[in-house]
Amino acid sequence: MKNLLTCKYRKVSLEDRIFDACNYTFMIVLCVVMLYPFLNTVAISLNEANDSIKGGIFLLPRKFTWYNYEHVLSEASLIMSVVISTLRTVLGTLISVLCTAMVAYTISRKEFVLRKFVTITFVLTMYFSGGLIPTYLLMRDLHLIGSFWVYILPGIIGVFNLIVIRSFIEGIPDSLFESARMDGAGDFTTFFKIVLPLSLPVLATISLFVAVYQWNSWFDVFLYTSSNPNLSTLQYELMKILQNSNASLSSKTAADAFANAGAGVSIVTPTSIRATMTIIASVPIIMVYPFLQKYFVKGLTLGGVKG
Amino acid sequence: MQTQQETTSISVHLESKPRATKFQQFFRKLWGQKALLAMSLPFIIWLFIFKYVPIWGWSMAFQDFKPAKAFSEQTWVGLKHFTFLFADEAFFRVLRNTIAMSTINLILGFVTAICLALLLNELRNAMFKRVVQTISYMPHFLSWVVAASIVSYTLSLENGIINILLVKLGIVDEPILWLGIGKYFWGIIGASEVWKNLGWNTIIYLAAITMIDPEQYEAAEIDGATRLQRIRYITLPALKPTIIILLIMNLGHILESGFEPQYLLGNPMNLDYSENLDIFVLKYGISMGNFSLATAAGIFKTVVSFIFLFSANSIAKKFGQARLF
Repeated sequence: MKNLLTCKYRKVSLEDRIFDACNYTFMIVLCVVMLYPFLNTVAISLNEANDSIKGGIFLLPRKFTWYNYEHVLSEASLIMSVVISTLRTVLGTLISVLCTAMVAYTISRKEFVLRKFVTITFVLTMYFSGGLIPTYLLMRDLHLIGSFWVYILPGIIGVFNLIVIRSFIEGIPDSLFESARMDGAGDFTTFFKIVLPLSLPVLATISLFVAVYQWNSWFDVFLYTSSNPNLSTLQYELMKILQNSNASLSSKTAADAFANAGAGVSIVTPTSIRATMTIIASVPIIMVYPFLQKYFVKGLTLGGVKG
Repeated sequence: MQTQQETTSISVHLESKPRATKFQQFFRKLWGQKALLAMSLPFIIWLFIFKYVPIWGWSMAFQDFKPAKAFSEQTWVGLKHFTFLFADEAFFRVLRNTIAMSTINLILGFVTAICLALLLNELRNAMFKRVVQTISYMPHFLSWVVAASIVSYTLSLENGIINILLVKLGIVDEPILWLGIGKYFWGIIGASEVWKNLGWNTIIYLAAITMIDPEQYEAAEIDGATRLQRIRYITLPALKPTIIILLIMNLGHILESGFEPQYLLGNPMNLDYSENLDIFVLKYGISMGNFSLATAAGIFKTVVSFIFLFSANSIAKKFGQARLF
């Protein structure tokens, strides 16, 4: 804002103008590069499958149809994976944000005798971990393999999120806590009645981070629950399709699809199914993040400075 | 309230035997903070089970680990798995790929994010700036599965926009099978990482830029400094501490070139260039069941990361720069 004010009084030199022109052009090119691959996928998902094979679809579908979506969403296993994805996102986010905020509150209380101990034991785990195999064996020993809870339990508290929330709570004026104590409020009351409502901005940020993580996860499905198709997630289903098309990269999937379409039996192709699932898997997040931009920029800065 | 508690504990101190008081005081205080304890204790237990217990599993690397046997029944083999790793040609290829990809990602990631932050800061139209930022954050929120799907379509032989553009512009005669040629793989990963995280990585730099005193720019303007000079002599030096801290943090991850993009975009044709340490661990550990060897490779990764983190930090300390700890 202050920069803007000074701009008004600046005499605009030729060099300045050239700089601006280049800069604005660059930004527009950047936006195209960021958006084009995604918009192209949207166009393909809305185009008739056997028409897409001919190529030449860029930003708009040539033969518009909802059929790809109807086809993908009529598959029962896919509906199930959407349900599981949604369930782990909602449940995982709620549990994680509540628990992380609770621990963050305890380590923000200066009088808490275990404050240093708790902080250090959490922060240490940022720098090392047991690694893939020991973690896998732990999940096996805890009987979490093939269980829904393997999506939720290991990720209850993220250390980075913990530090971000703690920094925020430390910024709440002490007088509020003092007066709560005067009124006889215990720590639980203070936490639920004062800290949680006042921390809504930071909790919104952390919810976004956790929800994105949960929605986008596929590796834990692959590792722990791939034996149980009822627990598959949308991302994992998409990943399997992607792996199939990668494996047959050399054997020309497009040609196979041509044959498929020519037979006139089905009018979906691997390409259009992949495009459609890609969009289904990313749309929920893309609809939400722009509205939380103000919050996550702040949250990230807060964590970056202290963490 | 607090002072009252302290005075009572002092009087207790005077009456009781001096040796036990420290513990007594500690536990009395802890008892007074039951609620805080109840709020954190379950998660301390959680932390130990999920984060500290697996570290115990490192012992596997020094055994011929058989999952069916109890810990006391395992045979200890010393450094056998480590010597095997360092004699294995495949391990060195994997190590080369890991270091190459993470170095490319590190340099590309830093340079592009800093440049974009500087340029965004020069945009005078606040509305336009906001729109550009929002768009540039978008790919960060996509999963790697989605991103890999988009990348592989963008690079595809017949309909990929990259090949279409290259052929139309006459740069190449025939479309290139990008993901089928190993030597392009590192570049593809680097470019995908930039596409995905460029906007996101600028956030921290833009935050640091807002801390700069606007008077500095005004003074520079009066002295006749051009736009580029102001960037060069005011904005960039102000970003130095942020850049150094992020660099140290990232050096600790030099053996973590990422797992998802390599796994998702890798295929038998580019295997020699795409397989990195994490994929190696997964392949040996989960697919082949050689837990000990995979754990040894994992330990190697953690130890090297620590060495890098600490040396980067102490170098920064020596040069009097901002540092992590």
